[in-house]
Amino acid sequence: MSGHDDHDHDHAPVTEAEEPEAARRARVLEALLAEKGVVDRGAVRRGIDSLVSRSPADGARLVARAWVDPEFRERLLADARAAALELGLDSGPSPVVVALENTEDVHHVVVCTLCSCYPRALLGPPPDWYKSLPYRSRAVSDPRGVLEEFGLHVGDDVEVRVVDSTADIRYLVVPRRPEDTEGLSEDELAALVTRDSMIGVAEPAAPPVPA
Amino acid sequence: MTFSPGQRVRVAARDHQGHHRTPGYLKGRAGEVERVHGAFTDPETRAYGADGLPRRTLYRVGFSQRELFPEHEGAAGDRLYADVFEHWLEEVA
Repeated sequence: MSGHDDHDHDHAPVTEAEEPEAARRARVLEALLAEKGVVDRGAVRRGIDSLVSRSPADGARLVARAWVDPEFRERLLADARAAALELGLDSGPSPVVVALENTEDVHHVVVCTLCSCYPRALLGPPPDWYKSLPYRSRAVSDPRGVLEEFGLHVGDDVEVRVVDSTADIRYLVVPRRPEDTEGLSEDELAALVTRDSMIGVAEPAAPPVPA
Repeated sequence: MTFSPGQRVRVAARDHQGHHRTPGYLKGRAGEVERVHGAFTDPETRAYGADGLPRRTLYRVGFSQRELFPEHEGAAGDRLYADVFEHWLEEVA
């Protein structure tokens, strides 16, 4: 490749040599498995596409519906997959998604100490900090301190429930509906439901101030 | 041995070579069954290409945050939930 060093912008070159070790291993494994007929490359691609096409906006629709429809809220807390299907969102049969509701007495925050389990089917890929060792260890040993660092103060009159996703269940937090949102539509409410509020490290966004 | 919500249980303190989903910081710790999730294939064999059968019952177990981490500051009722397979749980007399 000639000429690349001649121009003056300083982007890092994207080459095979720069491929992270984990990505290289995954690529080689996929090639081997495809060659042996164990996996179908098209199916792998569709699986990846499906996962990265999900986003926190999906989970936010569930939360907003639960805020405006008490019966839907009951169904969401009882069987999140069935409730999601009502909105055309399929979280799939496995892993099982369970919704946990924050109340004025209880605040849930989700972590996966063993790896990075996350309700990807409803929220998309997890944020990098969720996969970091400091979050994974300190969320269980000092949850209130971690929440303070996220800017969330939980008073001692509220019980904190740390939820460690250790096995086949993925947890989605249903945050509390913000005050002064009575006049908002379901779509406007969904826009307040942030990714972090469904992990439990933040409250939903405040409603826009009327002009 | 099967367990019911409200029952006190202890996470087995045993070591385990190979993949398993029981976090070390809970081994030997006592808690209370909060919910029975149902039966799931066993990750300890599934991880090595087996079918994970027989299925194992999975429980959500609640632990007192202060019992787990004595230096914990916060509400006395603060709790930690984890999902633990039945063969990692022991009855607490």
